[in-house]
Amino acid sequence: MTNADDAEMVARLQAGDQAAYAQLVDENAGRIYRLALRMLGSEADAEDVLQETFLSAFKSIENFEARSSLSTWLYRIATNAALMRLRRKEPQQVSVDEPIESDDGELIPRQFFDFCCLPETDLLRDEARAEMMRAIEELPATLRSVFVLRDIEGLSTEETAETLNLSISAVKSRLMRARLKLRERLSIYFAHATEETR
Amino acid sequence: MSATPHDHDQHESCRHYLRSISEYLDGTLSDTLCDEIEAHMATCENCRVVVNTLSKTVLLYRRLPSPEMPDEVKERLFKVLDLRPYYHADESSEKPAE
Ligand SMILES: [Zn+2]
Repeated sequence: MTNADDAEMVARLQAGDQAAYAQLVDENAGRIYRLALRMLGSEADAEDVLQETFLSAFKSIENFEARSSLSTWLYRIATNAALMRLRRKEPQQVSVDEPIESDDGELIPRQFFDFCCLPETDLLRDEARAEMMRAIEELPATLRSVFVLRDIEGLSTEETAETLNLSISAVKSRLMRARLKLRERLSIYFAHATEETR
Repeated sequence: MSATPHDHDQHESCRHYLRSISEYLDGTLSDTLCDEIEAHMATCENCRVVVNTLSKTVLLYRRLPSPEMPDEVKERLFKVLDLRPYYHADESSEKPAE
């Protein structure tokens, strides 16, 4: 959607045009649902966040100032709703298999199993994908939100920063920590899986 | 493995480069730093594995199939939003933008 389209859309929404509301939902609901599902790992929670996002967006559309695009604005509302839900239910769990963290919070890898060139059939099997989903769910919310927006939804570093209200450098460092943690988890998983099939 | 005086230095430089690995993958590092990392990887098996598997990790996540929003979820959403008359099921469900 171009800025001009956005401006026209905002004007219609602010005028209470029901068809415009429906169009906004049509164009964005799928992405919002996917984002919430990736963040929360539960279909029921994702649906709640989806509904909360649009209810809250419609309530505050009058105050929308075109500093960001409509879709970034919706993403931000959805991400905040998902994060709030996570904070409520997330016990700070620390996995035994996490990489070692040095005093200054740096992550030091300790798994060096080179799974990068395993056959696609091993890398893409359902069990591996289920493990990947569990690994995301075990990331702390602060890292998970950056990883989901940046690496799964494909937002740029700048868009991710804007959506989460973070600095660019915070996005970069959280992304790196998330990636390293996931790499560690997958290394352990693929090392075991390869041993078993041998 | 026996520790040689060299190990400590080696480990220090691994940690130094590790800080930039994620940006290295995103292609946002300066050419000089990229060259340094590549030179280091040529002599350091561990860092080579970390870079390869980190890149593979990101790639595997990017290739996860996108979950589709079920029609019932969309229908309930339109209902909650009082937009019932505008609801229509997706025939060709929206495609992820790529
Ligand atoms: Zn190294």
